[in-house]
Amino acid sequence: MDNDATFEKFKTCAVEVLQVPEDKLTLGARFQADLEADSLEVVELVMALEEAFDITIEESELDGVETVGQAFEIVTSKL
Amino acid sequence: MSDPSTGGRVALVTGGSRGIGLAAARRLQANGFRVAVTWRTDEPKPLEGADGSVPLFPVRCDVTVPAEVDEAFDAVEAHFGPVEALVCCAGITDDTLLLRMTDERWSRVLDTNLTAVYRVTKRAVARMVRARYGRVVLVSSVIAYLGSAGQTNYAASKAALIGFGRSLARELAGRNITVNVVAPGVVATDMIAALGSERVSALESMVPLGRAASPDEIAGAIAFLASDDASYVSGAVLPVDGGLGMGH
Repeated sequence: MDNDATFEKFKTCAVEVLQVPEDKLTLGARFQADLEADSLEVVELVMALEEAFDITIEESELDGVETVGQAFEIVTSKL
Repeated sequence: MSDPSTGGRVALVTGGSRGIGLAAARRLQANGFRVAVTWRTDEPKPLEGADGSVPLFPVRCDVTVPAEVDEAFDAVEAHFGPVEALVCCAGITDDTLLLRMTDERWSRVLDTNLTAVYRVTKRAVARMVRARYGRVVLVSSVIAYLGSAGQTNYAASKAALIGFGRSLARELAGRNITVNVVAPGVVATDMIAALGSERVSALESMVPLGRAASPDEIAGAIAFLASDDASYVSGAVLPVDGGLGMGH
């Protein structure tokens, strides 16, 4: 899967879990400040991504993750 | 029969083969839930309820074994679908005075009564969060706040459920999931009978209502908290103890 296709799949998960319009899901968007995601929604997104991409994301890897781009980087690093 | 008030929702009762768990399973079944029960020592029988109700679905599961909990949920999900109401009833006692307590006896009670509740609840609420609906009912005990000589392990585990439940109630409130605790007093079950008739009489004499509860009287409170009627009740500890724990 190329990067664009991966990001499309990532976006599908995020739109569904975070209930935000697709155009707000830019790489620079911040989960809390821009997307108004609470901590449980972020956990839900992580679980959805784990299932969609068949990967495991450790709790420690999420430290300091604030933006969509950072989360996407974690996913792509595991594919 | 699918009761319109429950819409045939799926309930899972741990420790559902006897005592309070079986009574709760029966009551939920009568109220129109599709009910699965986990059991470890005695498979519940019969499984059929009143006319038209869905038979109980028994799943053998030792809640202290993570793999068995996963398998049990897989089986229930395959049979009925995701669990919408969870009742954590599986519990044990292993009484002795603290000075005679061993690490093994301490851990055995904490593993079953507390750690297994964490494990089972975690598995259940993952689906509830997605569904934006859920009911969790934890069965604690009046011993959690009265204390009981010889039951430091049991009392600690049952008191811990209150803190666990209330924290979880806060975590999941935004997802339309309620978490509540029932605190039974003296109930006519095998667990109480094991204390011997003299001790049971002494306990009953301490109860303002002057008698032990039947398991069905606890089941009524559990069924209420699992129902849509309890939609605005969360983080509550509901004593069902004939007045034994009043004031705590």
